[in-house]
Amino acid sequence: MNFDFNEDQRALADTVQRFIARDYGFEKRRAIRDAEPGWSREVWQGLADLGVLALNIDEDYGGLGYGPQETGLVMGAFGAGLLLEPYLAGAVIAPALIRRVASANFQEEWLPNIATGESIVVLAHADARRELVTEIGGNLSGRKAVVAHGGCADLLLVSARTARGEMGLFAVISGAEGVQLRDYQTLDGQRAADLVLSNAPAMRLDAGTHDATLEAIDAALDIGLAALCAEAVGIMDATIAATTDYLKTRQQFGQPIGRFQALQHRMADMLLHLEQARSMSYLAAMHCTEKNQAARQRTLSAAKVTIGQACRFIAQNAVQLHGGMGMTDELILSHWFKRLTAIEMTFGDTDFHLQRFAAHLSQASRAA
Amino acid sequence: MDLNFSPEESAFRTEVRNFVSEKLPAHIRDKVMNGVHLNRDDHILWQRTLHQRDWGGPGWPREFGGPGWTPTEQYIFEEECAAAGAPRLISFGLKMIAPVLMAFGTPAQQARFLPRIMAGEEWWCQGYSEPGAGSDLASVKTRAVRVNSTEGDHYIVNGQKTWTTLGQYADWIFCLVRTDPAAKKQSGISFLLIDMKSPGVTVRPIITLDGAHEVNEVWLEEVRVPAANLIGEENKGWTYAKFLLGHERTNIAGIGIAKRELARLKRIAEAEGRLADALFAARVAQVEIDLMALEITNLRVLSAERAKQAPGPEASILKIKGTEIQQAIAELMMQAVGPYALPFGQQDVGPDYAANLGAGYCNLRKLSIFGGSNEIQKNIISQMILGL
Repeated sequence: MNFDFNEDQRALADTVQRFIARDYGFEKRRAIRDAEPGWSREVWQGLADLGVLALNIDEDYGGLGYGPQETGLVMGAFGAGLLLEPYLAGAVIAPALIRRVASANFQEEWLPNIATGESIVVLAHADARRELVTEIGGNLSGRKAVVAHGGCADLLLVSARTARGEMGLFAVISGAEGVQLRDYQTLDGQRAADLVLSNAPAMRLDAGTHDATLEAIDAALDIGLAALCAEAVGIMDATIAATTDYLKTRQQFGQPIGRFQALQHRMADMLLHLEQARSMSYLAAMHCTEKNQAARQRTLSAAKVTIGQACRFIAQNAVQLHGGMGMTDELILSHWFKRLTAIEMTFGDTDFHLQRFAAHLSQASRAA
Repeated sequence: MDLNFSPEESAFRTEVRNFVSEKLPAHIRDKVMNGVHLNRDDHILWQRTLHQRDWGGPGWPREFGGPGWTPTEQYIFEEECAAAGAPRLISFGLKMIAPVLMAFGTPAQQARFLPRIMAGEEWWCQGYSEPGAGSDLASVKTRAVRVNSTEGDHYIVNGQKTWTTLGQYADWIFCLVRTDPAAKKQSGISFLLIDMKSPGVTVRPIITLDGAHEVNEVWLEEVRVPAANLIGEENKGWTYAKFLLGHERTNIAGIGIAKRELARLKRIAEAEGRLADALFAARVAQVEIDLMALEITNLRVLSAERAKQAPGPEASILKIKGTEIQQAIAELMMQAVGPYALPFGQQDVGPDYAANLGAGYCNLRKLSIFGGSNEIQKNIISQMILGL
């Protein structure tokens, strides 16, 4: 057993942290967020030049062939810097899904372009709002709500019901006729879009059955979930460090407010949440590629519960301990707060995952 | 990063598992599995069984007759013992006074005391807390006055110790005593080993809310203690006391015990049909998830600890979360059986597994109080880790 990162991994983390420190300061991010299209092609190219867009792509397709641990390190650094660009959607989930479902030709065509930053591909699957897309005669019609980074995608991977009532995965060129994307900012400053398809031309990607296709989508989203957990830990690390500093410098009643035990104990509670979250993010990285879906989901649900609860607790209390300053748009703290809030609600919130984990309980106790 | 145990560690786990399954007497196992208090003989029998296998001092280095296990191996050992329903090790001798003797004791003290601890021949208890010295331990008042005489130098000790766990079984007590009342709080304290059979030592039971006799008051009246029983230097006792508290915190998370009790909770909840209740199932799920996370956190601390002697302030994280989890499990077990948690001291009402759940819940409220209350642990975290 060993919890240390190797030399390559530490170098990768350093590179990304340096990039954020040098090229992605908080004011620069603010300017990117406030101008159209709400993300920066130049930054994206910078990430491509660093090689991080190629991280999750096999070497056969121009990638680096790294895994969830390296992705986690990168996501942690992006978390603290509050990256607006579609890294999780475009460079983690999309390649994982394409590798699992698409033909060799399709992989050949798209993966190298994802690695170089030339093409952005995102998955449009989320059906929390129960919006449906159906396929008739090779074309798609219907809606998808709040597709993360849908607006910047060159290609959308759309899950849809086929004429036979099965789940299929289709590739849709975002500029094609019958494709409408209504793009907007989300709470955390990132972008999302509502997708409306009206008899839009599409290419069936999966050769699989209903179950195999759904399983492939779940598998790709689970890799995304592990990456999201690592991002959350990166933000929570930064949030706790900033709040600790604030408690050491802010003076009231003639002393730093960090001398007050009520605040010290709140900080201790925040640290407990953080360390438990960090542990589960390691576990999630380790298990997110496991083939056995039930075992994988059990671990990832446990991770998302731990991390979701930590996100809420740390975000809320960091603002609380900063007092009025915590409420301002001026400090990065409130932006971390909003991203942590969004993360808790992404890929299933705490209640969803707690229930999913609980559903395994009685089976497990009968087996034991 | 690799979260798997090494092949050697896995082989060691199997070895421990086989040993415990072969050697643990069924009557002891049944008590542990059903939350029944163990008596002195149960503990001693198990300690002697371990000693016969040369595992009597699981955390001890080879030079003192221990197996020289790594922190990870100690963790595996305790986890397997707990899972199989073995008694937990009585820490006062093995994990508290023994490391102090090894680090600060004279060769004569080491030779006199250590082998008997390992062999289960002498039972130790802890004389730290006093009525006026709980979390603020350095304010102990028990007085020891040195007397130089021709029949040998000795101390005369007067005072009262309290919350002395299993003191009714003890042969020896290690005590913090005040030898210099004029000195500043921490600097006038010494560390003395006292024979419980000495004239003037009186043990009075304290009955706790669960009806159990687990803790005691120990009164010391004109007790004569040979000066040879002083640890280290006079008035340096606080240093040894803190060293001991550091070692007390090894395996403080209690992962193995919590896993065993969680399995018991699930069996009871299943038998009672409570897992079909979504809210109850979610509560069980929450505690299981917290335990999964704590297990990894514990392994992280162990892995960082390899190079060091005693756990650092991170042990406070383990203490808080570990005790919260064990308390939550006890609470849910009680809740699972509903009204059958209420009969008290009556073994033949309701299902067998319900008999001790109410008392067990009450008893485990101690976990967040002893060994440094969880509030003290939060002070340690905020000061030592966060630097506030």
